[in-house]
Amino acid sequence: MPVANIQVSETPLVLYALRRADDALILGHRLSEWCGHAPMLEEDMALSNIALDLIGQARELYTYAAKAEGKDNDEDKLAYLRDVRQYRNLLLVEQPNGDFAQTLVRQFFYSAFADLYWRAMMASRDAALAAIAAKSEKESAYHLRHASEWIIRLGDGTAESHARAQAAIDHLWAFTGEMFAVDEGERALIHADIAIDPASLRGRWLTTLSGVVSEATLELPQTDWMQQGGRSGRHSEHLGHLLSELQSMQRTFPGQTW
Amino acid sequence: MATPNTPLWEVFIRSRNGLAHKHVGSLHASDATMALQAARDIYTRRGEGLSIWVVPSTAITASDPADKGMMFEPAESKIYRHPTFYEVPEEVGHM
Repeated sequence: MPVANIQVSETPLVLYALRRADDALILGHRLSEWCGHAPMLEEDMALSNIALDLIGQARELYTYAAKAEGKDNDEDKLAYLRDVRQYRNLLLVEQPNGDFAQTLVRQFFYSAFADLYWRAMMASRDAALAAIAAKSEKESAYHLRHASEWIIRLGDGTAESHARAQAAIDHLWAFTGEMFAVDEGERALIHADIAIDPASLRGRWLTTLSGVVSEATLELPQTDWMQQGGRSGRHSEHLGHLLSELQSMQRTFPGQTW
Repeated sequence: MATPNTPLWEVFIRSRNGLAHKHVGSLHASDATMALQAARDIYTRRGEGLSIWVVPSTAITASDPADKGMMFEPAESKIYRHPTFYEVPEEVGHM
């Protein structure tokens, strides 16, 4: 018997935490797919470490969301018993690993944002979110450094690695706009100093990107057209496949623990 | 997987203030920056370290195992070099 999806009362605060939790879980899961498959042992460990950091962040944010909702849900239910349309993550983080360059460019775009985002969120009036931010900021800072060093070496490496890194940048660029979008519910949280306005981070995000990308002899696309939908549950075809693997155990053996 | 073009590095970790850096293992990395990152990711996952050194393995000059006899055996018979060789008179107490 398939297990029914849970229902979540998405108040602005619940939705806000859920979106960030989903970002962290989905990107963490994507990185965990490299475990045992990375091009070298050193990177296998590095990507797994980042995956674990992100899944740890997801757990805290899900727990926060469940508490804010005040119903019967918990971190496991939120992760395992929501279907694709109930997931609120950025389209960027669900994009497939592709080649190593694609994985690292995806990580670079996200971490360059997350580093600024968590640092700013340490000033949130919500003490629990500020505490999650303080922990996540240190992790994100390292994720950004790790990804940046790789972007520089892939871009300024061989003709092959350069071409792959540039192709990954061109391909993933359209998924970056969503990070800076805000809806009405979030706007209210921003006015209450619980959340920060991501648009205020875009200038510094671009500066970080430009610095690394130019050192890597790569280029950022000039296009402004951006893909959107993840925040409201309209996902690319990739997320369903990811969730079917992520959730298969709990869907098959409900409530199973180990 | 073989990494023929990637140099080998030796990793040293200092676990606490006041202790010396201790050799913990080796890894492959393209350059010093990447070696430091990889060392952090491989060897400090359980809070082992406060400081990391990475050294190109080629920078290390090692003794030849074949020289073991002349290098180390002469010390074996010099038991008087160990402090435990000497009897401490009782009136000295704890040293």
